[in-house]
Amino acid sequence: MWSAIFLLDMKGKILISRNYRGDVSRLAALRFSRMVQESDAADLKPVFTIEGITYAFIAHRNVYMLAVTRHNCNVTMALYFLHCLRNVLCTYLGELEEESIRDNFVIIYELLDETMDFGYPQITDAAILMKYIRTDAHKLASKRGGGAAAAIAPPDAVTNAVSWRDEGIVHKRNEVFLDVVEKVHMLISGSGAVLSSAIEGAVEMRTFLTGMPDLKLGLNDRAMLEAAGKASRGKSVELEDVKFHQCVRLTDYERDKTISFVPPDGAFTLMRYRVSTPLRPVIETRATVTKHSRSRLEYSVTAKARFKTRSTATNVEIIIPVPADVDSPVFQAVAGHKVTYVPEINCFKWVIKAMPGGATVRMRAQFGLPSVEADEDDEEGWRKPISVRFEIPYFTVSGLGVRYLRVLEKSGYSAQPWVRYITRNGDYQIRMT
Amino acid sequence: MLNFFRRGGRSQGSDSKYFSSTSRGEVKELATSLSSSKPEDIKEAVKKVIAAMTVGKDMSSLVPSVVKCMHAENLEVKKLVYLYLINYAKSNPDMTLMAVNSFVKDTSNINPLIRALAIRTMGCIRVERITEHLCSPLRKALADEDPYVRKTAAMCVAKLYDIDPTITRDQGFLEVLVDLTSDPVPIVVANAVAALMEVQETTTRVIFDINTETLTRLLAALKDCSEWGQVVILDALSTYVPANAREAETVIERISPWLAHQNPAVVLNSVKAIVLMMDSLESKDTISALCAKLAAPLVTLAQSTHPEIQYVALRNISLVVQRYPGILSSKVRVFFCKYNEPIYVKMEKLEVLVRLANASNVESVLMELREYAQEVDVEYVRRAVRTIGRLAIKLDKAAPNCIRLLLQLIKDKTPGGGGDSEAAAAAAGGGSGTDQNYLVQEAVIVIKDIFRRYPGHYEGVIGTLCEHLGSLDEPEAKAAFVWIIGEYADRIDGAADLLEDFLDSFLEEPAQVQLALLTAVVKCYLKDPEGSDGIVQSVLQMATEESDNPDLRDRGYIYWRLLAADPDAARAVVLAEKPVVTDDTNAVPESMLTDMLAQIATLSSVYHKLPEAFVRRVRRPGEFDDEDDDEDDDEDEGEDEDEGDAAGAGAAAAAGAAATSMDFLGVSPAPAPAAAAASAPADDLGDLFGAGPAEASPAPATPSSPAVSAPVLGASNGITFRAAVVRSAGGQPELHVAITNEHASGTPFTAAAVRANRNPFGLAPTSAVATFSPAVAAGATGVAIVPLSVDGSKADASKPLGALQVAVREESTRVSATGTVAMSYAALIGAAGPLERQSYLSAFRAAADSEQGQTLRAPGLGDREAVKARLAAAGVAFVAQRAADGKVMCYYSASGASPAGEGLGATVVLVEVTHKDGVDAARICARSSAGQELAKAAAAGVASILE
Repeated sequence: MWSAIFLLDMKGKILISRNYRGDVSRLAALRFSRMVQESDAADLKPVFTIEGITYAFIAHRNVYMLAVTRHNCNVTMALYFLHCLRNVLCTYLGELEEESIRDNFVIIYELLDETMDFGYPQITDAAILMKYIRTDAHKLASKRGGGAAAAIAPPDAVTNAVSWRDEGIVHKRNEVFLDVVEKVHMLISGSGAVLSSAIEGAVEMRTFLTGMPDLKLGLNDRAMLEAAGKASRGKSVELEDVKFHQCVRLTDYERDKTISFVPPDGAFTLMRYRVSTPLRPVIETRATVTKHSRSRLEYSVTAKARFKTRSTATNVEIIIPVPADVDSPVFQAVAGHKVTYVPEINCFKWVIKAMPGGATVRMRAQFGLPSVEADEDDEEGWRKPISVRFEIPYFTVSGLGVRYLRVLEKSGYSAQPWVRYITRNGDYQIRMT
Repeated sequence: MLNFFRRGGRSQGSDSKYFSSTSRGEVKELATSLSSSKPEDIKEAVKKVIAAMTVGKDMSSLVPSVVKCMHAENLEVKKLVYLYLINYAKSNPDMTLMAVNSFVKDTSNINPLIRALAIRTMGCIRVERITEHLCSPLRKALADEDPYVRKTAAMCVAKLYDIDPTITRDQGFLEVLVDLTSDPVPIVVANAVAALMEVQETTTRVIFDINTETLTRLLAALKDCSEWGQVVILDALSTYVPANAREAETVIERISPWLAHQNPAVVLNSVKAIVLMMDSLESKDTISALCAKLAAPLVTLAQSTHPEIQYVALRNISLVVQRYPGILSSKVRVFFCKYNEPIYVKMEKLEVLVRLANASNVESVLMELREYAQEVDVEYVRRAVRTIGRLAIKLDKAAPNCIRLLLQLIKDKTPGGGGDSEAAAAAAGGGSGTDQNYLVQEAVIVIKDIFRRYPGHYEGVIGTLCEHLGSLDEPEAKAAFVWIIGEYADRIDGAADLLEDFLDSFLEEPAQVQLALLTAVVKCYLKDPEGSDGIVQSVLQMATEESDNPDLRDRGYIYWRLLAADPDAARAVVLAEKPVVTDDTNAVPESMLTDMLAQIATLSSVYHKLPEAFVRRVRRPGEFDDEDDDEDDDEDEGEDEDEGDAAGAGAAAAAGAAATSMDFLGVSPAPAPAAAAASAPADDLGDLFGAGPAEASPAPATPSSPAVSAPVLGASNGITFRAAVVRSAGGQPELHVAITNEHASGTPFTAAAVRANRNPFGLAPTSAVATFSPAVAAGATGVAIVPLSVDGSKADASKPLGALQVAVREESTRVSATGTVAMSYAALIGAAGPLERQSYLSAFRAAADSEQGQTLRAPGLGDREAVKARLAAAGVAFVAQRAADGKVMCYYSASGASPAGEGLGATVVLVEVTHKDGVDAARICARSSAGQELAKAAAAGVASILE
């Protein structure tokens, strides 16, 4: 399995490393750093093999996280493990970057030791690790004197069937917060046709519940309703693919589409789902560009909110690319709309604070062009798609809704569930004509 | 609370202060602090040591001082000290032994965390001498009441096996592991399975058999274990071959819930297990229902928010859709590229798009490709254009549209060409059209392939292409264009003139273009002898007289002679009908596909190569207690061996080379054919000259022994070891050791130390040293022979019958090799006369249960008498024969070695050889009172004598 994990800076210098199997040395990291320096970062594939040693890596801020091996290992596992390890380190260090690594090498060594053994990932749940890997605890132990090290023991969760929740949790108020967050991915051609669209949704939860509660979530998922024989009532949504947090009993879901689980304490993502019913553009945007006599570019942009009137999109940002060498921008927009030219990324940004469903808004922009002929570089500016960002609270594009959330605990308390819905843009791009 | 850990937020300041400096004097100072009586000082000092180690400084001189700190009660210090030991134990084995007592003490600590830590760390200290001290704490830990300790101990068995397999086996740890797979705690099961799978990979002997019983256990554990445990268990499950369709269906049903896990490794491993089990299904409906079920998770993986995962998923999807092409064909839009995706993801998406394209979706795919072809990344644009060409070749209905799109792209990108979009016009308006030339060049290359696929369909576009002649400057594009001119010389007005223009700079052109020109001119001449008489003369002259390139010269001469001797023959050769090309670019051969599917989620699946192709086998640790593991793996980093050509970039280069040489016969390969094709043209040329590939230079005379041609046992530092077990003329088993001396020192080798591992027959070398006489000089191969005798202490009934593990060490260089020598039972047949008939008959009947047979088909088998003679020479004596139903059964007896468990020494083996008249084959059956295993080995042994 995987031989060693390295954390390196952007130049490929080792910040910290843990060798699990002893068959790949630190020298391997040198080869990696050479590779990183010599090749274009964008061209570097996340997995490559040089002289029998395989490198799999991810980048996070100014840090590379690298796993190496000499064998034919499970690479999906390694890459996802690195992402999990990154999350663990972020939770512990606040931010994972060069400096925070140097500042916390002791705890990182401990975590590297606990998250992986002999190249096999073990525990990557930060909340559980926090229970027994704590720097502060050791100080207490040493104050109390000899034998106090025994105070820390691996939490039951590590080895329990429920490995994500410790026993004996107590909350004064038992509450569950549930957010249904949907991201709309859409690729729209210059002529306004939807080339591809998908909804990526997530049910995010924050649970503050006492004991070992058993939760059951009911959605208006078509498969779930059909399994329960209630197909006819109300609107239902067909979920194309659902991915659950490890707490969900997958066999129950497979059997009758029931989502039942013992939740972790605190925040987690209960499930992710995908809906691929064809969508209309949520915010239809069209930009026409007119070039006047090689010295002036004129943009005319129209945006239309194509969702129900009772919802309102907030913080709508429409980002329109322009050639690299334009100057003297002049914008014409309705009062309250803010338009700014952002030369760093060769675009201008149109911000609309609130856009009710059905509304249509327009703006015009004008740019000067240099009198000298444009060089080839401006091609890039032209080809970039328009991107749109937005948030629509109290609304799910797919129509997914929570029917019930039942909390069952042997002590019999009742817990209040709070449900919110929100739709956001995902990769929402409109190609320029 | 989290703020506590953040930089600067810690009460004692950050760890970074420990990095400040470690000068020489400071190391001494650290040693003093480490022996301080104040725990706080010790803690600070240990942190400083670890900090220095972290930045790569050598802190090994502090081993004695650090070891003393092991008694610290502070868990943080203890962990750091352990970490230190893992790093420096190897370079300081003696000092590490000092730590053993502390380790052993910690394994009985009341805190399970410390017990586990001690076991985990001991396993990581790869010093062989520590292993003997590890065994008893490990055994205790495997039975620990705390599951956290048990799961750590389970993994530790794999560590121990990696260091010393023999001890692991002898101490029965593998059996304990198997027991742990029924542990009530799932994470323990998962780690035990991980360890067992790892051990299983190193040996052919069944360590962990996944049968119906273990299957049930694993499926149960799958339900409750952590995500990483599920990855491991799914891996194990995917090795299970279901007995029938019904069982496969049941297992798939139990695995399929995990397609909905959020961990992509769990999902992909479930996909792997299901896809493999689907091979056992019969019902078409079930299969298509499963395909539908697999599609959704695959699409989700392909859209992962982590581009790295996306990349791996796309590579795997390429594999799966080769087996089940329909699985994602309705999801083609998922694989459209987004502007901001990393280039490696975009390239893989294009690859998947080609696979998914069919008559109904190709239009939308082409619309997309058109967009991509107008982007800025050169490689991406090229790949998009090439993809258009591949679609044309794959789907004949789409070909006209592809051609139209290619021409449109060429037009848009060329200065003066009428662009249809403002953007293109603006770009073209700059007048610096050469920047987009790569698009035109790539288009020419793919159009050539389209011509090959659909001869006589699209010649209409040649005119347009000719307009862009001037802009071609890349060799591949030029060669493609020249090929087109040659191929259609009779339809292009002034083809000869066009070629003549090229000939002006003939000598400056790259070889690829020269070869293409030569062939094109000859084609042109054969089609229109009058019009191109002049150019053919000049090109042949330039190729044969003015070029230094042997390929070009040779091809020139061949054409010249062909044309001179027999123009009709030349026409038949040069203008021969070409085989139709297909698009099999990057496809995994069907024969390899099942093996590849078994590799889903692994590196192999990313490279689309079997593991052997890119993993350099790390030498397995020796099975010998006292064999010094001299070679430090850390040190062999420097030596450069075969390049792990993972990117597969070489294939394209090879394909290019193939294209040039193949075109010599007027045959051009399919677009970028598999690299395998590259070897073919070389042979064609060889045949043409009547000369096969050069024989390898004769090796220095080597003694004749089966060992010389045996598989390599091991090779390092220019010394190659081989070994074989051979029956001597006197009926005695002998170990032949062949050694090839290519060592840099050049000293002749005179002796090698030889050892044999425990084996079922208790065979041991009669002498520990084998002498080479004469000595093995540099460059030569020599064989030393050591007789083997039975030694009870070397017997181990659990080892396989047909193999002997040996270790050989050359004495002057102390280079060693260990490995397994295949041992035919034929070598173990002693000298003995035939059994008396009556006792043969009763023994034959008594051992009826053990009968094992095999059919031998050997062309030179000879008749019964010849067989009798050959067997007699090998110690198998003829007893009797009888005839029935046109068959003749001959009965033989032999005195063979007896395995441990049946009493060492000799045992009688009864053999029946059945001949059928007129058939050059025989059925060989053997029986033995020592059981089926031995009978099977004996039958194989007798067969090997006759082969």
